[in-house]
Amino acid sequence: MKVTMTVNGASRSGEVEGRTLLVNFLRDTLHLTGTHVGCDTSQCGACVVHVNGQAVKSCTMLAAEADGAEIKTVEGMANGDGSLSTIQQAFQDHHGLQCGFCTPGMVMSTAALLKENPKPTEAEVRHYLEGNICRCTGYHNIVKAVMAASGQDVSTIAAE
Amino acid sequence: MPKDHGIGASIKRREDVRFLTGAGNYTDDINIRCQAYVYFLRSDVAHGKLNKVDTSAASKMPGVVRIFTGADFAAVGGIPCGWQVTDRHGEPMKEPAHPVLAQGKVRHVGDPIAAVVADTLEQARDAAEAIELDIQELPAVVNMKAAVQSGSALVHDDIGTNLCYDWGFVEENKAAVDEAIKNAAHVTTLELVNNRLVANPMEPRVCVGDYSRATDDHTLYTTSQNPHVIRLLMGAFVLGIPEHKLRVVAPDVGGGFGTKIFHYAEEAFCTFAAKACNRPVKWTASRSEAFMSDAHGRDHVTKIELALDKDNNFTAIRTETYANMGAYLSTFAPSVPTWLHGTLMAGNYRTPLIYVNVKAVFTNTVPVDAYRGAGRPEATYQIERVVDKAARELGVDPIALRRQNFIKPDQYPYQTPVAVAYDTGNYDATMDKLIEIADLAGFEKRKKASAAKGLLRGLGVNCYIEACGIAPSNLVGQLGARAGLYESATVRVNATGGIVVMTGSHSHGQGHETAFPQVISEMLGIDESMIEIVHGDTSKVPMGMGTYGSRSLAVGGSAMVRATEKILRKAKKIAAHLMEASDGDIEVKDGRFHVAGTDKSVAWGDVTLAAYVPHNYPLEDIEPGLEETAFYDPSNFTYPAGAYACEVELDPETGRVTIERFAAADDFGNVVNPMIVAGQVHGGIAQGVGQALMEGAVYDDNGQLLTGSYMDYAMPRATDVPFYQVDHSCVTPCTHNPLGVKGCGEAGAIGSPPAVVNAVLDALNSGGIKIDHIDMPVSPSRVWAAIQKAKA
Ligand code: FES
Ligand code: FES
Repeated sequence: MKVTMTVNGASRSGEVEGRTLLVNFLRDTLHLTGTHVGCDTSQCGACVVHVNGQAVKSCTMLAAEADGAEIKTVEGMANGDGSLSTIQQAFQDHHGLQCGFCTPGMVMSTAALLKENPKPTEAEVRHYLEGNICRCTGYHNIVKAVMAASGQDVSTIAAE
Repeated sequence: MPKDHGIGASIKRREDVRFLTGAGNYTDDINIRCQAYVYFLRSDVAHGKLNKVDTSAASKMPGVVRIFTGADFAAVGGIPCGWQVTDRHGEPMKEPAHPVLAQGKVRHVGDPIAAVVADTLEQARDAAEAIELDIQELPAVVNMKAAVQSGSALVHDDIGTNLCYDWGFVEENKAAVDEAIKNAAHVTTLELVNNRLVANPMEPRVCVGDYSRATDDHTLYTTSQNPHVIRLLMGAFVLGIPEHKLRVVAPDVGGGFGTKIFHYAEEAFCTFAAKACNRPVKWTASRSEAFMSDAHGRDHVTKIELALDKDNNFTAIRTETYANMGAYLSTFAPSVPTWLHGTLMAGNYRTPLIYVNVKAVFTNTVPVDAYRGAGRPEATYQIERVVDKAARELGVDPIALRRQNFIKPDQYPYQTPVAVAYDTGNYDATMDKLIEIADLAGFEKRKKASAAKGLLRGLGVNCYIEACGIAPSNLVGQLGARAGLYESATVRVNATGGIVVMTGSHSHGQGHETAFPQVISEMLGIDESMIEIVHGDTSKVPMGMGTYGSRSLAVGGSAMVRATEKILRKAKKIAAHLMEASDGDIEVKDGRFHVAGTDKSVAWGDVTLAAYVPHNYPLEDIEPGLEETAFYDPSNFTYPAGAYACEVELDPETGRVTIERFAAADDFGNVVNPMIVAGQVHGGIAQGVGQALMEGAVYDDNGQLLTGSYMDYAMPRATDVPFYQVDHSCVTPCTHNPLGVKGCGEAGAIGSPPAVVNAVLDALNSGGIKIDHIDMPVSPSRVWAAIQKAKA
């Protein structure tokens, strides 16, 4: 069947099977490979995108269900001039990523969190990111980056 | 003022920009025109005789290109093992065959039986369901101690035993160790399990095989930490493809932690099938598949005895360990419980006599190999747990007992009784630093606050040492390594002054693209932005041994320094010629070449241009061009060390443990990028906390993997860990590599598990609940059960 959706502001369509997941449509049909697949039990959050403004694990949604939806992926997160957005910049500034595999999901989840809760506490950040697994960073610098992106002073948090 | 460039600067990572914008290029992002997909039909029984694999109906399914079974690989080499261990009696280890696809028998859940190549993955999967199998199930070998009893079922019938080797180290010391333990004033004994773990890099393994009929060239894209090693092992031992006909590319790799070192059957399959099918063949592991096909880590069962004299000096250590090899020998598996574990049993202490016995055992489980730390976490955990237990038994302060037995700063180089010689260190310094950053002075106050909430608070402190910078080739050759462990680097200076470094080290999160240029910038005085790192492609980088054992900067960085030194020597000759001076008088400063004591100078770019446009050039003396290669083979391991502290809160009603504070004081020698180093420690701590509190791969008695997904294998999440206090300001530079660096990648995972477990036991015992030991993962149910038992 044919599906059409607005992805990062542009209308995109393609043929899918009934069983095609949104993440596969994004990666394989639209070649938006920034969205990653880290598990098959909807536990890891590497695949988080925004669907109509909500953070969604794109491995849990069928492409057909997203027909007509407004999708945002990590490829659409930078500023209009191509520079890093506040959240992306905070992740770089605070070394909130190592291998980068969980990063797209982390960025998308962070954007959703900060929309909902513009000044989250450490505990709120940790709680919100429970569905995003990172094996590299030990979360320290991710939590720090999220708090910094929300405009909070993180200079008193330990370490470089 | 912190530095803003060169060695010691916390420069932001350049690679982040592509990862943060979705522009990374991971293996699964690579698709080649006309590619087909492979789905592996894997065994769902742990042990069985393959009576029939009938693919006739499946072959006729839509989209199927070809179905391969073990028979197709009968003439192909098996997956090789890269390390041969010699046992106590001088006999080589047992080394059973490891076929690409199962031949005659399946030996673990996940063992690949058949491979279906089809136009789409869905078609391949559908066809695999139509393959008819007749597997006669055999009794599964799961428990290591039972596996080596006579009468046990055999994982490999042809070798007649499940014992891979029985290793003694140092065998000549055994009698003296036995004697010392017999005569000791006190002996502390501890039996413990180092739990089996799954490395779980967030990117599952992927490979894409490609073949050119035009040139007979093979290309393999793979999620590897060491593409050159894969080229060597797969080309030479499995498929018989010479290096010049085989290109292995490991592009952006989403974490490795050891499990992406090894050469896997899927890599050989995709390379082989691409030629056989004359189409690119791609495999992407699902996470469930990763759990049953990635090599696991740890899985040791150990008894350790620590002997002390009447003044509490350590006099001897004796251990007996059963180490799980799984069903086949993975690439470096035999070295992990032996040379990467036994040689570290001196820890940070002056124990004069040590004997380590390791029985490596085959079982019907996934192969076990190196996982972040590899052998060293197992050694550290034993030592630091038994020392803590000894302190409790003797009623002495655990920190004081450690300090009393430390190797002292004036004792370096320190020859341990377990072969290795530490070049440098200062364990009191890192302990002092730890006490400061962990605010141990404030512990009692925090303990009271916890008590007011009805919670027990515990403090666990421990030390660690590791051997990194793996490794001197001549030494590891004697120990059974079937490879050299040097590293190579080529530094290519372009005419306009930009530099490309081709390094055999591989970055899969460690930030080499940022940190390596800092070193060259420091040496040449030119900006980091002029320097680019190329890695992960055997067609671009001439040779390499890859990244593991915290070796990239210590070995790969040293090769880069050596090559850059050659560049400097030649560049000085060119500069001297241009300024009509003698090259001995040339000094390099801020990216310019100066004639010492004069105001004459030429810019870096003038020299590089002259090298490629040699109109005015000492052609009779040197060749045009500016490109140098160096191989660096270390003369010793490096020995990072440090002290860690963990504070936990424990709810005696539920057994739940939470990590309240965690501090790490490490001595990594010189540090190139402190921000990256701190990040490495953070990640290692989280993995160590994961091992200590929640992770564990569990097989039932039938060899079924009970923890085969993130639903039942607990990965540490953001809520499970606190902010960490880390410090690496205690520096005793490595004495034998040009940068004085030691390596930082594994420390966190090595130092943290005993800190957590020591803290849990401190919480219990100081709370009046007498418990000697709880095995990892120290889950609420285990803690609760231990409390009930102690109360009974
Ligand atoms: S891939 Fe979607 S949650 Fe893991
Ligand atoms: S940065 Fe590697 S998994 Fe998060």
